[in-house]
Amino acid sequence: MLSIKNLQAKVEEKDILKGLNIEVKPGEIHAIMGPNGAGKSTLGNVLSGRDGYTVTGGEVSFLGKNILEMDAEERAREGLFLAFQYPVEIPGVSNLEFLKASVDAVRSHRGEEAMDSMTFLKLAREKCKAVNLDQNFLKRGVNEGFSGGEKKRNEIMQMMLLEPKLCILDETDSGLDIDALQVVAEGVNSQRDPNRSFIVVTHYQRLLDYIVPDFVHVLADGKIVKSGGKELALELEEKGYGWIENEGA
Amino acid sequence: MTEASNAIVSPFTQSALDFVKSLEVSGDFGEVRESGMAAFESLPFPTRKTEDWKYTSLHALTTQDYNRPADNFDLDNASELFEVSGLDAYQLVFINGVFVSELSDEISEAGVSAVPLSVASDAQRALFKQHVGNIAETRRNLFTALNNATVEEGVLLHVEKNVQLKKPIQVINITSAQQQTSSAFARCLVVLEQQAEATLIEQFVSTAEEQNILLNQVTEINIGDGAKLNHYRLHTEDESSLHFGGVYVDLNRDSQFESYQIALGGKIKRLDVVVNHNQAGSHCEMKGVYLPKHNQHVDIHSYIEHIAANCTTDETYRGIMADQSKAVFNGRIHIHPDAQKTLANLSNKNLLLSNKAQINSKPELEIYADDVRCAHGVTVAQLDDKACFYLQSRGISRQEAEIMLSFAFINELLESIPVDALRQKLRPLLAQQFTSNESLTQHILDEEIGVCSEGAL
Ligand SMILES: Nc1ncnc2c1ncn2[C@@H]1O[C@H](COP(=O)(O)OP(=O)(O)OP(=O)(O)O)[C@@H](O)[C@H]1O
Ligand SMILES: [Mg+2]
Repeated sequence: MLSIKNLQAKVEEKDILKGLNIEVKPGEIHAIMGPNGAGKSTLGNVLSGRDGYTVTGGEVSFLGKNILEMDAEERAREGLFLAFQYPVEIPGVSNLEFLKASVDAVRSHRGEEAMDSMTFLKLAREKCKAVNLDQNFLKRGVNEGFSGGEKKRNEIMQMMLLEPKLCILDETDSGLDIDALQVVAEGVNSQRDPNRSFIVVTHYQRLLDYIVPDFVHVLADGKIVKSGGKELALELEEKGYGWIENEGA
Repeated sequence: MTEASNAIVSPFTQSALDFVKSLEVSGDFGEVRESGMAAFESLPFPTRKTEDWKYTSLHALTTQDYNRPADNFDLDNASELFEVSGLDAYQLVFINGVFVSELSDEISEAGVSAVPLSVASDAQRALFKQHVGNIAETRRNLFTALNNATVEEGVLLHVEKNVQLKKPIQVINITSAQQQTSSAFARCLVVLEQQAEATLIEQFVSTAEEQNILLNQVTEINIGDGAKLNHYRLHTEDESSLHFGGVYVDLNRDSQFESYQIALGGKIKRLDVVVNHNQAGSHCEMKGVYLPKHNQHVDIHSYIEHIAANCTTDETYRGIMADQSKAVFNGRIHIHPDAQKTLANLSNKNLLLSNKAQINSKPELEIYADDVRCAHGVTVAQLDDKACFYLQSRGISRQEAEIMLSFAFINELLESIPVDALRQKLRPLLAQQFTSNESLTQHILDEEIGVCSEGAL
């Protein structure tokens, strides 16, 4: 599904990713944890093709294709999805028109026929319900005035509509109340599929009780410094990150 | 005229005076014409140093002679140029300033006069004469002075006390392509008596050809005590058009003026909007959008005079400049010493779509009363990269993302237009300004899903 080899990237002349390796197979869930500023969001941005994030070395292959050559929109159409840590507000563009444009773009890329507006509207309402967002959110500007938790649920709703192959969730659990956390986790679990993989970036072991990962990685200073099974998350919760750095030294 | 004043008259002024004197007139409106002529003659031709014309060059008027009458008043399929489907309105149509009765409605509502002067009764002409020129200011704008000097044809809209006009009045000014550079003049006078209510849609359209014509149009509006006018001024002429326009409004006690101004760019397009809060309790709400592209130019000057106490003004203008186009926005709010308890707000936001596009925006607050609340804000920005990336990260092409974000910039203003038919006409028309590729505008124009945000501006 996704193979990252020795990835190096910089932002504004600052090296952030310093030789990162990850291998994600279809159907797997990988959790990435790690201290603030380690480069977790940078990894998401680099993978999804954001301008200003320059890859200085390494390879990324997604479903056998070199995605580093593609524009952001092409990567999304190929099935890569990033749920943002901080979704932006876009007043004046309605959530619904945005979602329809996205779904149309992705479906057309897959060679599927365009969905008519009424069918789409029905589907969007359904997904709204699934993440426990009122239908009014469809009419509002994209994320405009949404609370932190509502923005995160909106991200999950987009994921459900776009049916991507690889979902990167960047701290989707941060700022969620307990009920919302459950809603989001259920949303993710409902999308689990032998052909769909997840990379879940989180600071809290708690999320991993709901979304049980196959692997847990620690990202520190631009590299994966330790990998393990789901029990690694428990260990991190207990001991913090200090011991790994010591271990490495 | 003395020798001395003769010497400073510019070539444009001289040829305009000759032109005006050559026009055939009825003689009914001699007073306003003569004072207009005198004012015009005394105003120097604007240069780059003239404050009100600093960013709008009139050079084109000095290199070619526009002071000639237009011809071509017959157009095939003229109605296609202005039809607003689903709009139930009375239409009065002028081509190059000449009334076209075949395309126009005869309006007979009790308590309402809505007629072109050329077919107006003596009483209606007398009413027009009584009001014309009372509000339009000639000291700041030579084109308004020149318009006064040419008063002959035009629209009279008079609504009697307590009468509500049943349908909007749609005044359509069409210009058609000319062989030779030339000028046309148009005039509109609106008088709403106490508690009267009306909707006026001023539409400016043209054929899609090199215009070679300058339209000079002035509208004067007197809104009586407790009366209300909903006003639309929609400029969608060809980009080669030249327009000098003025809207002059007197507000009386507790009256309301609500205005939407939409302007695509032209070769030169200048609109002055002057609103006088003459008596307490009046309210003015203006929303405007200007969208120049290519080499077009748009200049909007608004002057709000708060003369009486307890009046409010709410002004919101948004501009999007593409390519090498240029826009000028000047918003002046003048609070006179007696205008206590004034509430005035001016917001002007601009989006530059290219490095070569320009906006000169200047808010001016002049406050001579102490107990008032006034605010103004101007912003100039480019498309938000973060927002653009967000859309792209969901599979939307960069091109469509840019168009969605550009349209979003004016969407809220458009959505606030209360007349459905106008809104539905304007949305695609304005979206097309960003691209002629319909697949890129299909989502912003999808009626079934295109319900917009209700966020604050
Ligand atoms: N656009 C940018 N300009 C400058 N520095 C940046 C930019 N983006 C990221 N960085 C820097 O790169 C480093 C890694 O940031 P990143 O957001 O990837 O961290 P993170 O691991 O996601 O942290 P957190 O857990 O706090 O979300 C930080 O030092 C950050 O300041
Ligand atoms: Mg982060």
